[in-house]
Order: sequence, then structure tokens, then C-alpha cells
Amino acid sequence: MKKHLLSIDDLDADDIATLFTTAAEMHDLQHRQVKKLPALRGRTIINLFFEDSTRTRSSFEIAGKWLSADTINITGKGSSASKGESLRDTVMTIAAMGVDALVMRHGASGAAHQVSQWIDAAVINAGDGTHEHPSQALLDAYTLQRRLGTLEGRHVVVVGDLTHSRVFRSNVKCLAKLGAEVTVVAPPTLMPSGVAAWSAEAGFATAYDLDQVLPKADAVMMLRVQRERMSGGYFPSAREYTVGYGLTRDRLRLLGPDVPICHPGPMNRGLEIAADAADAAQSAVLDQVSAGVAIRMAILYHLLAGEGAAQ
Amino acid sequence: MSQPVSYPMTDTILIKGASLLGDQSADVLLVDGTIAEIGSLSHAGARVIDADGLVALPGLVDLHTHLREPGREDAETVLTGSQAAAIGGFTAVLAMANTSPVTDTAEAAERVHDLGRVAGLVDVHPVGAVTRGLGGEELAELGLMHRSRARVNVFSDDGRCVANARVMRRALEYVKAFGGVVSQHAQDPDLAGSTSCCHEGEISGRLGLPGWPGVAEEVIVARDVMLARHTGSRVHVAHASTAGTVEVLRWARSQGIAVTAEVTPHHLLLTTDLLGDYDPTYKVNPPLRPAEDVEALRAALADGTIDAVATDHAPHARHDKEHAFVDAAFGMLGLETALPVVATVMVESGQMSWADVARVMSTNPARIAGLDAQGGALEVGQPATLTLVDPATPLVVDRDQSVSMSRNNPWHGRTLGASVHATLLRGVPTVLEGKLQ
Repeated sequence: MKKHLLSIDDLDADDIATLFTTAAEMHDLQHRQVKKLPALRGRTIINLFFEDSTRTRSSFEIAGKWLSADTINITGKGSSASKGESLRDTVMTIAAMGVDALVMRHGASGAAHQVSQWIDAAVINAGDGTHEHPSQALLDAYTLQRRLGTLEGRHVVVVGDLTHSRVFRSNVKCLAKLGAEVTVVAPPTLMPSGVAAWSAEAGFATAYDLDQVLPKADAVMMLRVQRERMSGGYFPSAREYTVGYGLTRDRLRLLGPDVPICHPGPMNRGLEIAADAADAAQSAVLDQVSAGVAIRMAILYHLLAGEGAAQ
Repeated sequence: MSQPVSYPMTDTILIKGASLLGDQSADVLLVDGTIAEIGSLSHAGARVIDADGLVALPGLVDLHTHLREPGREDAETVLTGSQAAAIGGFTAVLAMANTSPVTDTAEAAERVHDLGRVAGLVDVHPVGAVTRGLGGEELAELGLMHRSRARVNVFSDDGRCVANARVMRRALEYVKAFGGVVSQHAQDPDLAGSTSCCHEGEISGRLGLPGWPGVAEEVIVARDVMLARHTGSRVHVAHASTAGTVEVLRWARSQGIAVTAEVTPHHLLLTTDLLGDYDPTYKVNPPLRPAEDVEALRAALADGTIDAVATDHAPHARHDKEHAFVDAAFGMLGLETALPVVATVMVESGQMSWADVARVMSTNPARIAGLDAQGGALEVGQPATLTLVDPATPLVVDRDQSVSMSRNNPWHGRTLGASVHATLLRGVPTVLEGKLQ
């Protein structure tokens, strides 16, 4: 495995399989009364979050603590640019304190990639702008694999604001590596730019009509749609979005009863996902959250203590 | 050319054996700042420049330079920018108005002009802002800047587009009175807003970067071409970057509309594919575009649809580039490498001759900016303002060797197909053997 986890591109199918095997062991740990392993004792992990996050930050924090690492959270709203300090100065300052891993969330695409070129510590991308969110994609695929047995040849439908989604960008890469067929669905205004030129090579199909795609889905992944996109003219109203692209009660009937429904959260109930779908027996939303801790333990373990990890 | 440098101080210089515009070889005698004689010459007491194998061009003129003074003297000053210009073979530069304070008054223009005089390496011509404070709403004092000691002819809000059609129309009408020209940074702010940091297309879609599409440039160019026709005034398109802009320009020329255009060296060679590592060195506005646009721009420069190469030299302090890509400053260095890039892209490929290079880097920009003392022919009686290019010695770019104060150099590590040997401004060598005098 590479030193950093910046993008799903940093992993091959074997790496993903290794992470899933470890994650399964870690997952079992969650059901024990004493959840701590000594694997990362004496190691320091900084969660550096330039953007608000509840679930990802706490998930990484719990993962680090259960591996006995010292985890410290640093949150700073807004970009360092607005404070007059360069990003490089900010992370060099933190790295100089002697950290082993930097788990980083930043509102700018590519920020984790840039930081990995400046500091010695392992950098784990916990979401960079609208670029990637690799740990989310791994936990999504892990969850689906447990539900479906395998992702090979399975048809996964991803629906929502693709333009602004790092979850989409990481997920299509991860699912393609695991052999899934992927169709992404969005109105044309929320399709990423130039998608026709790169979707085939990246291994996914695109569609505008959700109702045509849903009956053929083995799994559905709904993405969050931010209401402020309406003011950007991406779609006319929440109501119209829901009618066209929401997983409504009616659309739930188009799905087989065993088709898992994923959502990375936080959910806009009533906009992209109806309460009936979010709370359905086939919903995998809470499984995703618990898998998140296990996957992040596996990532931290392999990057910091696994074979070939930088000591 | 390895002759030891110990020239006698004299007002008379004999350039021996230069290839004039890449054509026939001749000796050129410079006396008192003027080309006195051309032929097979000897002149006792003249300081001799051995120009065997060198190409003589009229001194290069840059329509588009950011010198950062006043306001950001930690990135560049009029002096260091002048030095970079001279090293690059330039004898005149137009200094953009987006300084702090903005060059929007006669006094501000005269200050930049005077700093250029003091530096004394190139003619520094301030560009005046079109609108007060680059605000896009009220006209700056265009006439007073023109009447000032700085004799401002070119006006631009560069860095920002004059987006309001009414303001653009009035500016074009107003400068007709004194033959001024408006140089437009064509970027529709509704189609390409403040977060747009790269070309919108496949690469931006993959990288998750907010892009700006070529059409945001093209709609403004198309609008301004029609405004130029309506007003009967002259518009100049700064840093044309797309094939669509070329199409509009070609149509406008076929209609006889008074529009001129420039292209930067980086838009002639670098493409948006360089953004894969999110290196802000390659963040520039307008952004690097795909290869199809680069090809169209080269063809347009070769066939005269685009009149000039202009650097858009944009120095930045290191810390202003060490942000996340979307937060980092726009711009890249260009003065020292412009001619070597054009030699690589246009001359080595056979698309242009050295005479064409003289046209797009000296004659045309001087004409567009209304500079009488620049861009002259290599003829007896013309100012002794010229550049000697060594087409046999490539330039290996090392950003740490730059005389600019900044290091945002996208050419670092590249080998470019020619180098500037000497620059002379009205008979005075500012650069000899590639070194500042």
C-alpha cells in the first residue's frame, strides 16, 4: 500500500481486498465490550478539518482511539488563505509537532494531494472539495459487498448532485475496481463537466431518467443535494428535483426488497430520499456508519502499522 | 560569441554579421541611438558585437505585463520587471493597471512611467484602467491619463472583465477622441465566476475543480466585436485562449471591424492536462485550455488572425501560490521566456519565420499600443532598438536564475529552442551575452 491515501487511484484491487479483510476483523471488535487494540500505541494522528464534519471526523477519531493512537482534532473554518496564512505554512506548523498521520478535510479539491508533497507524515484524505472522499467510497463498497456477497457484475446506481460530489468521484473509481457496473443519474446541470469524454474509460454509464434505470439496480446510492444549488440555477425547485430524482415512496416500489439503499449522509429527508426509503428494511444507511469506523481503523492500521508502513 | 567582454565605452556600436529577420547577413552600425548604416562595414573605434549566427529583430514589445509596483513590491518592482523584460529581449512593456493603488489617474500613470524611466532598461508604458478602481461601473479619467506625461493609449481593467455592456460601449466611444484602444479581459462573470480556477472540461470534471468554459470568453469577444462595429472604435482582445474566440476574430476581420488580439506564450504550448497534480504554478487566467484550442491559437497567430504575442507576465510572491489550488493566485512568469517559447512553438515547427516573429512580437504590438519609437524596421534612420536572438543555443529554464523577484515559473526545467543574446534600447545595450548590463 502507498504511504498516503489521497484518492482511490492510490489503491489496487488487492489493496482494497486487504483493507476489507482487516476491516471485517475490526468490525467484530465493535461488538466487544473492550474495543481497544494496542496496534498504534504511541502514534499521533491529527484530524485536521478545515470544513465542518461530524460523522467523518468522529469516525476517524474513534478509529484512532480504538487502535490506541493519540488523536487530536484541529478544526478551522474557512480556508487558511482567508486568514492570511498559506496552506503550506499551516500544515508545516502542525507537521513540525511530530505527527505520524494527518487526516485532512479541506474545502478545496486537491488540497490533500498538495499537502502530501510538503510533509513527511502519512496523509489521509477525508474529503477534498468536490474531488474525492476515499474512505467513504471504501466503506460504501464494503457495506455493499457484505450485503450482496460480491460487487462483481452487480449494477450500482448513483443518483444526485454529481458535479459537486466527492463521494461520487471516489465511488465510481472504487466500484469499477471491484467489478461493479455503475450508472450515475442526474439532471444535465448536475453532471460533471466533460463527463462524456471520460465516463467510459472510468467505467460508468450516465443517464438522465431515473425511472428507466432503477428497475435494473442491484444497489442504489443516493447523494446529498444541497438546497443552495437552486439559487445557482442547477434546478428550479426542491419539489421538481424530488419528482425527477428523489428516491420517493413510489420509486421504492421499483426496487427489489433486497436492493440496498445507501446514503453518505447527512440526508435531506423529503428531498433526495423519502423517509420510507431511508428507514426501509433494505436501507443500509446505519450499516454504512458502523462500517465507517471499521474501514478507517483498517486504513490507519495499514498506513501506520502494516507491512511496509513508514515507521 | 565567446569573445571576452570589455567593450570600449562609446556611442557607436557595430553589430557584425547578424542575420536580419533571419534573412540575409549584414553588419549594422548604430550611431547615437539610430541605425546609421547597414552593409559590409568596418568602423574604427566602434564597440563591436559579434553577431555571427544571431538573428536581429526589432526590439520586442509586450502589450501585457504585470509589474506589481505600486502595491506588491514583494512580488516584482518596475526595476526587476524591467530587468526581466530586457533579459527576454523586450525594449518596451505595457504595465497593467491592476496595481494598488490602481492606475486610474494621470498621477498614478505618471508614477509608473517615471519609475520606468529611472530603471532605464525598457520603455515602461502604463496601461490605464477603464473604470475607476477596476470597479466596472464609472469610467476612469481616460482623457487625463492620455494627456499626462505617461501618454496612456491603452486602457484595460485586466484581471477583470468590463462586463457591463453599457460601460464598455461608453469606453469605446470615449477613447475615439484621442485614438485610444480598450484591451478587454474577456470573461463573462456570470459564466465564469470568482471561484472558477481552470478550464471547464474533462480535466476539471475529473479533478472536481470549478472550471470556466471557453464560451465565457467567446460571448464577451463576440459582444465587444459588435460594440466595436457599432462605435467605430478599436477593441483589443487580451490573452485570447479558445478556438471559438479565433472563429469570432476571423469573422470580425472579414467584416473589416477594428479588432486586434494577442495570445500568450503559455496558451501556445501548455495545456490543461498539466493540472493533474494541482500545482498552482499552472493556475492562470484565462486558464490553460485543451490541445485543440492550442492548435487553433497557433494557426491564428501564423495566419494573422491573432496580431501579437503578449506575455501576461504575472509574478506572485511564493506564499500567494502555496495555497490550495482554488485559493492560490492566478498567473505565471513570462517575460524572460516568451521569445524562446515562440521560437520553439512557431519557428522550429516551420509555422512562422523570424520575420513573422518580428511582426507579432514587435511591429504589431507597437502599432496596437501606438508606440512610435518601437517596432521599427531594421533600416537606416530607424531607432537602434533591437534584439539579437541566438537560435542555436537553447534556453534551459532554471527558475532560480530568473531576474524576476518571483518564482512562479511554469517553464522551469524545460529546454526552449532559442535564447536572447543581446537587447539594445536606442543604441544602449541593456543585455549582452544574455547578461544585464
